[in-house]
Amino acid sequence: MGDLAQNFADIAPPLTPDYALLEANQCLFCHDAPCTIACPTHIDVPAFIKKIATGNLRGSARVILEANPFGHSCARACPVEVLCEGACVLNDRDEQPIKIALLQRHATDQVLARKLKLFEPGKTTGKKVAIVGAGPAGLSCARDLRRRGHTVTVFEAKPQPGGLNTYGIAEYKLKADVALAEVQDILDLGVELKLGVTVDSLEPLLKQYDAVFVGVGLGKTKGLGIPGEDLDGVVDALTFIEHLKTHPYHETRVGKRVLVIGAGNTAIDAVTQAKRLGAEESTIVYRRGEVDMPCYDYEYELAKRDGCGFRFHASPKRVVGNGRVEGLEVETAQGRETIPCDMVIVAIGQGARTDLAWPKNDPRVFVGGDCANGGAEIVNAAAEGVQAAKRIHEGLSRR
Amino acid sequence: MADLRTNFAGIKSPNPFWLASGPPTNTYGQVAKAFDMGWGGAVWKTIGDPIINVFSRYGSVDLGTTRMMGFNNIELISDRPIDDNLKEIAEVKRNYPKHAIIASLMVESTREAWHDIVKRTQDTGADGIELNFGCPHGMSERGMGSAVGQVPDYTCQIIEWVKEVATIPVIVKLTPNVTDITYIARAAVKGGADALSLINTINSIVSVDLDTFAPAPSVGGKSSHGGYCGPAVKPIALHLVSAVAKDAQVKIPISGIGGISTWRDAAEFIALGAGSLQVCTAVMHYGFRIVEDLIDGLSNWMDEKGHRTLADVRGRALPNVAKWEELDLNYHLLAHIDQDKCIKCELCWTACEDGAHQAIRRLPRANGGRVVEIIEEACVGCNLCAAVCPVQGCITMQHVKNDDAPVSWKDYLAGTGKLAARPAQFHTADWAPSRK
Repeated sequence: MGDLAQNFADIAPPLTPDYALLEANQCLFCHDAPCTIACPTHIDVPAFIKKIATGNLRGSARVILEANPFGHSCARACPVEVLCEGACVLNDRDEQPIKIALLQRHATDQVLARKLKLFEPGKTTGKKVAIVGAGPAGLSCARDLRRRGHTVTVFEAKPQPGGLNTYGIAEYKLKADVALAEVQDILDLGVELKLGVTVDSLEPLLKQYDAVFVGVGLGKTKGLGIPGEDLDGVVDALTFIEHLKTHPYHETRVGKRVLVIGAGNTAIDAVTQAKRLGAEESTIVYRRGEVDMPCYDYEYELAKRDGCGFRFHASPKRVVGNGRVEGLEVETAQGRETIPCDMVIVAIGQGARTDLAWPKNDPRVFVGGDCANGGAEIVNAAAEGVQAAKRIHEGLSRR
Repeated sequence: MADLRTNFAGIKSPNPFWLASGPPTNTYGQVAKAFDMGWGGAVWKTIGDPIINVFSRYGSVDLGTTRMMGFNNIELISDRPIDDNLKEIAEVKRNYPKHAIIASLMVESTREAWHDIVKRTQDTGADGIELNFGCPHGMSERGMGSAVGQVPDYTCQIIEWVKEVATIPVIVKLTPNVTDITYIARAAVKGGADALSLINTINSIVSVDLDTFAPAPSVGGKSSHGGYCGPAVKPIALHLVSAVAKDAQVKIPISGIGGISTWRDAAEFIALGAGSLQVCTAVMHYGFRIVEDLIDGLSNWMDEKGHRTLADVRGRALPNVAKWEELDLNYHLLAHIDQDKCIKCELCWTACEDGAHQAIRRLPRANGGRVVEIIEEACVGCNLCAAVCPVQGCITMQHVKNDDAPVSWKDYLAGTGKLAARPAQFHTADWAPSRK
């Protein structure tokens, strides 16, 4: 089986200091840079890269984290191929783009290594804001509200903060240690955090607080709606990934022949991590074709490099087995076929939350992250949290 | 929090970063934008009787993939009417009372011409005047610019004329195209200068087109020598600033100019005695926005090191700029290679073998690998291998402690010092057979 921990090592290990300096000096330092425009939090990318080149690492980290409170995790998990690196002008010179993600990591790693305190809470305003959900959206909002001096209380249902950063991002991209250190830096600004508390109504919060931000993310994985999906050995992707992120790797059950239904980025995370946990075969089953897959191209490449298989134009109809999963019956152009397997991971997307409702037109209620945008990246959640903090502050300042 | 406020010869600015006289300080719009973005001061593009420029005027020297590490120009002073320039300076001063605005001036070498321009300039409310004795092309052919700056008596005379009517500080900008700048600096002090700024540009030809045999910048196939600047000239500027700062007869403030691109460059100039910094080429390359990291980087560094104000840094390196004859001949350095970091490129070997003291040996290994080692008996500690090694921290120069007291050349000549043992000298003809 080999060393499982090795299978989950960083797929993008950090740059050496020499390499970071070399790469930083390759950046052209564009004006009105396309990379900055492409970034949802509009980090001033040329500025932070220039500061790596001049040896002003503290300044570099500050530029990043000022715009994006989740700069550490974004450096590891952002789909930069379709954001900043994809926009880099060097692509138009037929060259590799600047390694922006790795440079961002180089700068932000300093913050953790040297325990740099870059931000301070503002002078207390006496205004109180409640935040529901301690994921990137909620905590980005919290960070910027604290910098403006407002009192912040965050309510989180799970035992640990961080949202999908802690519970969902692929292990080979981001592990809990960095996710939690990143969260701690924000909490250190004086955020009150209540873990293990589920908010099922905003009413009591609206009585006690001057404003409420809702960042609760999406709900459970959608059901397949096919017979046999409650057989032992069928698991949804979020549950599967959450387990492997919160337990020693060998404690997460994985089959020998795993099928993953779906072809989005979460499906890729599931199929690659099942393989890395030791499945002999790990295969995506998708009802449409290769060109229709919603996952990013580079994620597809990663899964292929990991040796995962892909079955296209195969629509799941029935999970078969006697108490336990033994196969997945699919409809193809050639008719029905049963693919043998001993585990099925369902990754067809999350539904909306049904356990909490929030008013759409109350000026005291703000929303951001997956529950508002339908399911996007960490950087989108961070951007929406930061923007909400600005609007909350403007509203509170008027009263 | 570091305090970057600056008072240079009585001229106050919020930070020491000024724009040097040149194309970036040609117009109101540019200087206003620069001040909005954070620059502390600006020296206007040299004002005098409007000139006519050639079209093609800048040349550039690239190094590898680094664009414009050296830059030159055959541009002349301002081509705008004097009154337009003066009106705009007055407007800047009105709108930016806390920023330093200095007018650079160059007129023909007569008392009348200088009295006239200085009086008109002072009416604008400018904080100071900078006398341009440095343009090395064009203006010098007309008896101005470096034609003045290369001759101590002319330098002194014109400053005296200026000081007859000046009511604001007079800064004199020195040219590096001289044999010994301290003579000019002393002449400027004698004439009554309140401060000095250096360096202006260095005489240069940046390149020759090998197809047309035209020097760059080509004006229809011909060119003139031009003024060199940019990162390439910083070491020359650092030396000249230190020479002037250390001169016992020159005690007036110095504004440092010459290839400043980053906050580290600025800190080096300050450490060698500069009271303010002037930047031109880096702005022409990247825009006014570079001031943000100049300020941020310098501040962060000062905070880290515990330097509260610029006075805590200014001139700190000057005591360490010694005469060669005072250096310790017994300070023994040896190169050391970290074999774990070495990537086996063998650049150190080839440099030392051909270009220095043949003090590195190559050892092929049985498994096809190879290693390079310092031959300690031969190594003179010259730093060449450390300079060429492409891996940070792989080759370090290590001080070898010995029991020998410091001995300078002066001591040695006087017979008062004992020289430590020197590295062996090898004649390569004798050495070659055993080194194969």
